[in-house]
Order: sequence, then structure tokens, then C-alpha cells
Amino acid sequence: MNVFDIIGPTMIGPSSSHTAGAVALGRVANKVMNQASPAKVRIELSGSFAHTYKGHGTDRALMAGIMGYKSYSAEIRDALDIAQQRGIEYEFVPTDIPGAHPNTARIYIKGKNGEECTVQGASIGGGNIRVDYINGMRVDFTGEHNTILVLHRDKPGLIAAVTNLMKEKYKEVNIGNFRLSRPVKGGEAMMTIEIDGMPPQGMIDDMRGIENVINVLLIRSV
Amino acid sequence: MLLYQAIEELLAAAAAQNKKISELVLADQAQQMEKTEQEVYAQMEQSFDVMCDSVLQGQGPNQRSTSGLTGGEGFKMMFYSERTAGGLSGVFMTRAMSRALAVSGCNAAMGKIVATPTAGSCGILPGCLVSLYEDKKMPKKDIVMSIFTAAAFGIVIAQRACLAGAQGGCQAECGSAAGMAAAALVELQGGTPQQAADACAIAIANQLGLVCDPVAGLVEIPCIKRNVSGVMIAFSSADMALAGIRSEIPVDECIDSMDEVGSALPASLRETALGGLAATPTGMKLKEQVFGPAQH
Ligand code: SF4
Repeated sequence: MNVFDIIGPTMIGPSSSHTAGAVALGRVANKVMNQASPAKVRIELSGSFAHTYKGHGTDRALMAGIMGYKSYSAEIRDALDIAQQRGIEYEFVPTDIPGAHPNTARIYIKGKNGEECTVQGASIGGGNIRVDYINGMRVDFTGEHNTILVLHRDKPGLIAAVTNLMKEKYKEVNIGNFRLSRPVKGGEAMMTIEIDGMPPQGMIDDMRGIENVINVLLIRSV
Repeated sequence: MLLYQAIEELLAAAAAQNKKISELVLADQAQQMEKTEQEVYAQMEQSFDVMCDSVLQGQGPNQRSTSGLTGGEGFKMMFYSERTAGGLSGVFMTRAMSRALAVSGCNAAMGKIVATPTAGSCGILPGCLVSLYEDKKMPKKDIVMSIFTAAAFGIVIAQRACLAGAQGGCQAECGSAAGMAAAALVELQGGTPQQAADACAIAIANQLGLVCDPVAGLVEIPCIKRNVSGVMIAFSSADMALAGIRSEIPVDECIDSMDEVGSALPASLRETALGGLAATPTGMKLKEQVFGPAQH
């Protein structure tokens, strides 16, 4: 803990969990969309989010994050208008996601060229978040560290291929956390790799070049 | 390196090195964050600049909260202060109140603020410090340094107790903020580290048991006004300590007791909006006004 954990964050009010944390969740969806511009956004809100999202500006905060703004961006206030100007259709649906954390949002995005993504996560207090699902796959990361998501075909040797690349060519990278999610054997699977520090230049592209890797996304610490 | 597990530790280190708490903390944090002291100071200066901006933004006459429940308090208070030459509490104090209302109102209106230590309590430190800066013309460098002292007290409170209303009630948010501000005020007035600790202890003791009961679950009623009482408590605690009045209970024990009181509070009084002012007939009506009757 340091002095800026106490004096900070600098953020748009009114609530670190309902506003700043919501921006962070939106930003994860923005990263997962990987620069594709959204056409349609549907956000399901569960628990306390469902009841108080209007008063806390959680809706604007989520949209702001989806459009790439940060938790201290003045645009958060006008995020819904900005979305409208950009021709983004959006809806907010209060719902109840059983067993979910009280501040949970499930974000569906359709891109202008048909790209799609879903992100489900929770705002767990003080602006911190936990991401639970990406594109239907179980993940588990906080966005506090740089996180690499490797979407791949479930083939033998692939985890070794990815980690060996890191070990051989990018020795300075230290993995802080690793998780594999594989809904069905032999189908699509996802590695969630949290690393200490910044990923070196070229590493993400190199990972994309590995056979049977479908896509690699870097979620920078939010 | 400092562990920030007890205020006692800060006092001992300050005595051993014959330094202000802020000087100790700046040096220690620079080392921990692997930055230079200048860099860490500059970052804190930026935070203080944001605090000054939030005051300005929140003092506008047309400032309204997003929900529409509150707004314009900072402006009304400043106008009153001018019109009555300081009302009952005097020009300096009424202006400080106006600033606390302004920053807290800025927060409710989705303006930019620094959480100090939380968004709900973000008016207290600026209410105190911006007033010393603008009205008492204290050097900016001293003010920014005093925030390191406030932060150090905050780190100890976070580690021994907590800073979230959901966990410890409003004593954890506005109480901690008032305690942190009181310590900073003492240092700014040239008091000793021990006096800073006493001021923090008195401030915490005066907010002990304060419940978190946000009407409609929003950080507005009663939060905005509690930021003002936090400022008043910070000033009065600092003045008591500077006058040589001791806290009979040492500050670390006050913090521990705050933790105990927080855990003893029923869930209904810890940010669930199920008790306290939130559960009054008017509180319920305001909730309906904002969210409509369909949502409970
Ligand atoms: S009443 Fe609750 S929500 Fe409001 S400032 Fe205090 S702790 Fe925060």
C-alpha cells in the first residue's frame, strides 16, 4: 500500500465501486474488442448495479469505458450522448445473475463489422474489478497487472509453446498468474496470463504467430 | 522502511530522525515506489491541483447532482458567508464548509475528484487544506507535504481498521478523513508529531460509531453534509491538540476501537441503504423519486 492508494484515485464521482470500477469493466470490453468500433451494446446489470445504476452514473461509466475513456476522463458524464453521436445503439437491462457478486455487469458488444464480444465482471470495491468471463469462457483477473489473453485451439503442446516463447525470447517476463479455460475438449480455449511489468515489444505479435493460436489480446492494467 | 502498522512507529521514527512525519513518509514512499522524491512530490502536487479544481467546479450556482436530489450547497454556503460576514462560525470556517460542500457536490455531479480516502469523504481534506492555501496563504509546498502526513495516518487506519463505509460505517470514511486532515493541520501549524497523533485520535473518537446510511444508495444524503462536519471536527481536533489537550486514549487504540465498532454495526447501517436515514419515510420516498416505484 502506498500514499496514492489513500490519496486517490483521481476519478469521476460519485462512487469508486459504482463509477470508477464500472469504467474499468468497460475498458476491459474495449480491449477485448481490440479497436473494432461497437455498433450495438447491451449491458445486463445485476445486484446493487441493477438498483442504483442511474443515480451513480454506472451506465455512463460503463459506456465511457467501452469507448476507451479512463476513470478520470471528464467525458464520462456525457458518455451516453457521445455514444449516440457515434451511432452506438445501447440498452441497459437490470437483471439477476444468480450467484454473481452484488456489483456485476455483463456486457455484450456487436461491432460495426460483425465482431462480437461478451465480458462479465464485478466491481469489487475502491475502483478495483474482477473479470469473470470473456466470450463465455471463465477467466479470473483483476486488471491490476498487465494481462494477456490467448485464444487458441485446444491442442497438445500449446501451453508449452506459449510459455517457451516467453522463456526463450522474452526472459525478463515473469508470469504472476496463469489460468486455462477450456469449455470443451478439442474446442476453443483461453489462457489468461498475468505478468509483472510491461510486455516487451513484439511479444504479443510473436504469440499470435504460434500455430493454433487464434488471437492474443493484451489488457493493460486498467 | 516504515511498516505503517502503528502511528507509534511514525512518532518514534520522527523523534529518532528529528524530522516531520511528512518528510519521513515522502522519503520512504519514494524508496518503496522506486521513484525520486521529486517525482512522488509532483504526483501529490497534481492531486492537490485536482482538489482545488473540484472546489471551483462544485461552487458553481447551477451545480446539480446526477440524481437531482442535491446541488448548489457549496454556492449557497459561500454566498451566505459573504452576505453575513462569516455567519456564526466566522469567515474562515464558513468558507471551509463551502469548499467541503463543493467538492462533495462535485462528486455527486460526476465531476472529477480525488478520493481522500474515498469518494464519499472526498470533501474533507480539500475543505481543510484548500482553505489554508487560499485563505491563510500558506505555501503550496507545505500544503502538499502535509498530504503525505495525512496519507500516512490513512495507511495505518487502512491496515488496522478499514476505510470503506460498507465495511466499517461512515466513521471509516468521514471519520478517517477527519482524522487524516486533523493530523495534516497540526503539522501545517507547526505542531509536533505527537500533537498530530492526538488530533487524529480526537477526530476519530468524535466520529466513532457514525453509521453509513446513504439515501437511495447514493453518495449524497447524508454524505455531502457529513463532509462539512468532518471538516469542523478536523479543525476543532487540531486546535485542541495544538492547545496542548491530549487524547487520553492513544491514537492506535482509537483506530482499533473504530475497527471493533465497525464490525459490531449491523449490516443495515453499513452502506446497504436499509437502515438509518435511508430507511426513514422520506428517505424511502426520495429513493422512489429517483429510481421509480418499480425498482425496490
Ligand atoms: S454515509 Fe456512507 S456512503 Fe455516505 S460518505 Fe458516509 S460512508 Fe460514504
